[in-house]
Amino acid sequence: MNFQDIIFYIFAAILVASALGVITARNPVYSALLLVLAFVTCAGLWLLLEAEFLAITLVLVYVGAVMVLFLFVVMMLDINLDQLREGFWRWFPFGAIIALVMVAEIAMVLMGKHFGLEEMPTPEPQAADYSNTKELGRLIYTEYVYAFELAAVLLLVAMVAAIALTLRHREDKKSPNPSRQVKVRKEDRIRVVAMPSEKKE
Amino acid sequence: MEYIQQQFVQIFGTEWGAMLFSLATNMTFIFAIVIPLLLGVAYLTFAERKIIAYMQIRVGPNRVTFFGIPWLRGWGQPIADAVKAIMKEIVIPTGANKFLFILAPVLTIMPALAAWAVIPFSPELVLADINAGLLYILAMTSMGIYGVIIAGWASNSKYAFLGAMRSAAQVVSYELAMGFALVCVLMMSQSLNLGDIVNGQQGNSLMNWYWIPLFPMFLIYLISGVAETNRAPFDVAEGESEIVAGFHVDYSGMAFTVFFLAEYSNMILVATLTSLLFLGGWLPPVDMAPFTLIPGFIWLLLKIAFILFFFLWFRATFPRYRYDQIMRLGWKIFIPITLVWIVLLGLIMQLPESMRDTFPLNIWF
Repeated sequence: MNFQDIIFYIFAAILVASALGVITARNPVYSALLLVLAFVTCAGLWLLLEAEFLAITLVLVYVGAVMVLFLFVVMMLDINLDQLREGFWRWFPFGAIIALVMVAEIAMVLMGKHFGLEEMPTPEPQAADYSNTKELGRLIYTEYVYAFELAAVLLLVAMVAAIALTLRHREDKKSPNPSRQVKVRKEDRIRVVAMPSEKKE
Repeated sequence: MEYIQQQFVQIFGTEWGAMLFSLATNMTFIFAIVIPLLLGVAYLTFAERKIIAYMQIRVGPNRVTFFGIPWLRGWGQPIADAVKAIMKEIVIPTGANKFLFILAPVLTIMPALAAWAVIPFSPELVLADINAGLLYILAMTSMGIYGVIIAGWASNSKYAFLGAMRSAAQVVSYELAMGFALVCVLMMSQSLNLGDIVNGQQGNSLMNWYWIPLFPMFLIYLISGVAETNRAPFDVAEGESEIVAGFHVDYSGMAFTVFFLAEYSNMILVATLTSLLFLGGWLPPVDMAPFTLIPGFIWLLLKIAFILFFFLWFRATFPRYRYDQIMRLGWKIFIPITLVWIVLLGLIMQLPESMRDTFPLNIWF
């Protein structure tokens, strides 16, 4: 066992433990924080696989932005656990099917011999100056440009739809408009009146 | 160095010796970065108090001194403050979530210090010379917000929670503008490595640095940096007049000081990044004899001090922004400007070489 293996096992143990914690913790805030921990350790594992761009992007997007908003919402919710439990048996078959699919997938990877895994050899380690980012950028914008653009358009559609569904103009609400406030100049509000000073008697 | 490495190999064997040697050297480097940084933070607080005092025609701290030397009056102040903070009791409120309450300051300082790993101080002097340095810094600074949110929630106080929510919304929105400004920098330098970005600004003088072709991005990065570190005039997260002290209202003693340390080391980080990305890092302003004699590290320090002075100056000058104005500035002004600039820069870079050569006074493209 060398240094890298030790790091791998440490990260993997933390990842499994925190992922278990996400679904078992009673406090939803703890669940969200454990999910953050799972993302960070997962990024560590990806770094060991020399996927530094993906690892850093995982931290940047999921930990830095998505989970912040998640935590934001979870902290403000007053969650009633009994209400959540009611739906458990209704959704149990659905969850069980997904779990079975995942177990089958993991089995296929672990018992790779029977499924022809040796046809996909382990990739060679790259040299130290190999830039993962550059290679990824080249592939995204040349070979997979249509798939990439489609994904981008899909995200845009989702964003526009989310805004369109939630944006409501309320007429009864009184709120200041900063753009108009900033545009105000002295001449709009005050009038300087010349007053000759009064004479003393 | 080689001798020490051999000693390690002799003691721990070939495989483990090399590993432990690199671990030991890295730890030494980390201490060599963190200890001067924390000293810098201590004296930045002193500089802030003195500079703002002079701007407001006061004297500032002028009592604590070392060994009674009269001309060092005031210079002992940060040390005295630190000793005071260590001595004080850390009060944990009754309704607070104890574990998260203690964890929050740790989560704030950890990314603030970890981001320094990829900062180059001179062409050779860098702890981790990784290819995706800029991305790493973005990822680390975006993690700093967790400490603030958790502190606000774990304190079990309305004021703390309001401060945390304000801060979270503000940091998430300004991160976008900041990221887009950095995209422009990496388009110019065609690299994510901070050392390569500085080397890309090499030329005869300060005209070659990226602050001229990317001038709007330079301003946006600096202002977003002020907003990211929750400094005045964007310090609604603390807003004494409305929500007492924001997310750290229930913290005392060293736990509060750790938040303080994180804020100031983030300030120094933003100043360092601004000088590396836009002001040529360790490059001298004019490539001529008297300037090139001064080592690059000194130039970098001077630029960092220059940007930090702006941070303090802002605080002494501007009144606090109202919350909706902050959001408007981030989403409706900065993000459109950065998007337009990215497209413009891309168009210029895609022009044929012959056409770019015809630009008057062009030294950047």
